Amino acid sequence: MASGVPLQKTKTAVKRISSEEGWLNMASENESSGSKAVSDAPAKASLVNDPRVRAIFYQALLLAGVVWFFIYIFGNLNANRASQNIRTGFDFFGNTSSFDIGFTLIDYDRSSTFLDVLIVGFLNTMLVAVIGIILATILGFALGIARLSSNWIVARLATILVETFRNIPLLLQMFFWYFGVLKLMPGVKQSLELPLFIVFNNRGIVTPAPILSDNFNTVWIALLITIVAAFFVTRWANARQDATGIRPPAARINAAMIIGVTGAVWLISGASLNWSIPVLIGFNYQNGIHIPPEFLALLWALTIYTAVFIAEIVRAGILAVPTGQSEAAKSLGLKEGDRLRQVIIPQALRVIVPPLTSQYLNLTKNSSLAVAIGYPELVSVFMGTSLNQTGQAVEVVAVTMLIYLTLSLTTSAFMNWYNARIALTER
Amino acid sequence: MQKKLLLAALAATFGMSATASYAASHGAGTLQAVMDKGFVQCGVTGGVRGFSAPDENNNWTGLEVDFCRALASAIFDDADAVRYTPLTSTERFAALSSGEIDVLSRTTTWTMTRDTSLGINFVGVMFYDGQGFMVRKSDGITSALELGGASVCIEAGTTTELNAADYFSSNNIDVNTVVFEEQDEVLKAYEDGRCDVYTTDSSALAAERLNLEDPDAHLILSQIISKEPLGPSVRQGDDAWFNLNRWVYFLLLNAEELGVTQANVDDMLASDNPAIKRLLGVEGTYGDLIGVSNDWGYRIIKALGNYGEMYERHVGPNTEIGIARGVNALWTDGGIQYAPPIR
Ligand SMILES: N[C@@H](CCC(=O)N[C@@H](CS)C(=O)NCC(=O)O)C(=O)O
Repeated sequence: MASGVPLQKTKTAVKRISSEEGWLNMASENESSGSKAVSDAPAKASLVNDPRVRAIFYQALLLAGVVWFFIYIFGNLNANRASQNIRTGFDFFGNTSSFDIGFTLIDYDRSSTFLDVLIVGFLNTMLVAVIGIILATILGFALGIARLSSNWIVARLATILVETFRNIPLLLQMFFWYFGVLKLMPGVKQSLELPLFIVFNNRGIVTPAPILSDNFNTVWIALLITIVAAFFVTRWANARQDATGIRPPAARINAAMIIGVTGAVWLISGASLNWSIPVLIGFNYQNGIHIPPEFLALLWALTIYTAVFIAEIVRAGILAVPTGQSEAAKSLGLKEGDRLRQVIIPQALRVIVPPLTSQYLNLTKNSSLAVAIGYPELVSVFMGTSLNQTGQAVEVVAVTMLIYLTLSLTTSAFMNWYNARIALTER
Repeated sequence: MQKKLLLAALAATFGMSATASYAASHGAGTLQAVMDKGFVQCGVTGGVRGFSAPDENNNWTGLEVDFCRALASAIFDDADAVRYTPLTSTERFAALSSGEIDVLSRTTTWTMTRDTSLGINFVGVMFYDGQGFMVRKSDGITSALELGGASVCIEAGTTTELNAADYFSSNNIDVNTVVFEEQDEVLKAYEDGRCDVYTTDSSALAAERLNLEDPDAHLILSQIISKEPLGPSVRQGDDAWFNLNRWVYFLLLNAEELGVTQANVDDMLASDNPAIKRLLGVEGTYGDLIGVSNDWGYRIIKALGNYGEMYERHVGPNTEIGIARGVNALWTDGGIQYAPPIR
């Protein structure tokens, strides 16, 4: 699998050469002029001297070389592993993992399999990546806009933040947020008890956990249906506004519908919602939802680090919109907020989205640094512990790379789709 | 010009793979490779006092470092002909099987899975250990059975992770494990209060306790929950190198059993005892059998002393770690260290 990336590169290189008839051709032309005297070419040039044929020949040779190289190293790898009696294959996925993981989104214990480990790690990576992307986007847009603010202090503060966090390596920031801040947190016995039974200490944050009765599903379904309905109400309201200039009170209708209908279903179904409240027993708080400090530190570090890059992208995007646009909007009498939202941002987005995609990919991949601060994400539990316990480095690394590749390509595909949607349509 | 570059690249591709040709598996063998390069590449910990850690002059010392130095003495008559690669627990096996190091001498427990499926072979046991727990005295804990609800700090890729899971689940104790890649982070997280418990090999706990700001505020429970025979290992598939490593280990034990020490080794050259004569190469050609000089035994003991001396120097009761010989004593002294004879 280590081969995947270079192979890909070579392929595109080959493609580029053939599509542009690029340097290879030119090179062989230069050469042929030099070698003409020797070859004493007949009137109808031989195939050997046909630049087109030569180009194809060299490309084929290169491709064969690359293919042969990978077949060769793969054979070499297997021969070496066999001679050292290293176990191979993917059977290990069904074996018992025999180790614990401190933070899991699905049921997991030491009798679970390595496949379960993979799923636990993947979900933990997704959790921090998805929340991180959302938070980094919000914070990044806010910072980017703040840097352009006409308020001197706000703009300067934003600049300082951006320049600081952009220029310190992420791993250091993670250590800072984790070990630096952890040290200042109160111990379990001195926990900070916040309102709503939320507890805060050096084991993280514990919140009450909802306990839902079985028939609570009906409430979820009602909620889902009303949200979908609200979406259509909004579309209808938009259409009315475009047609008549008067906007129906869609927001109020929606709020009433979602709360009213869902609430009614809840009451009628008799579904119950209880809370399990954290209580201190022995070493730590029991019950409730535990959010470990490793997760918080990782999320925070990734969010800030990515947000400051997004801020720069947003700033560049806004500056790329000609000032005439905001002047025109101003002369139409739009307020500052509306100018930004209705005129500037939609145009800036076209510049913002492609580099924004890279930042999302970076955030996801950077989450793999979490192994340093003990958050059990994919690289930590799978490429770390599982690899070590099974010894099947090649298989484990291959699977891990495949997962990151899939994640990245999916994100890219989604963002490309979004980019195409918001692209400027010429009228 | 560019065409030439292309051809050169192609040639390099083919040429490179041709020379790399199965060298690792069918090559001349590790001993020859070591002799050619002039030193032993030894995989060690990032620093566990008594086993492998840099001293105040930044020289690696420790019981497991001494094993590598003994190897170098046997091969080169120079205990310093060793280069060290500090490895984390997760890195170590790949480093050995890929050929980055020649021998792994790094607080590594001999288990069946490791011995049979990771492409490595264990040479012997330098230290019989077991897994223990360190807790804060202020928590008033006297047994690991009282650890319900506790947070436990562990290093990734260890038997420690597996034993802890076994122990707590079989005793129906619910704990929260926090796993770090580097030992420094484990210790820091424990010290900063992220964890109530630090668990690893009890010898390493004794060494790590000394690195805490206030060692006296911490206690190592007397409970031992596993067998951790720690020993050096080498790549599978190279029997000559394996034999050399194994007999260097046996030599250290035999020397102690025969009473040959660093101090008296020169006098012992004149000994009438045939076993000592064989040990020091005065009689027989035992070095030949493992591909080194016949006075290999003399060289090792002259440079480093026997197993007992190494033990006392690095982890024994008179060191800051202070672990009694216990099961690590020779079989003649009630322990389980026992070596087949050199003959
Ligand atoms: N004996 C166990 C544990 C080995 C281990 O990694 N021990 C830790 C003790 S704290 C260590 O040596 N760490 C040193 C390092 O990571 O540099 C095993 O083989 O899995």
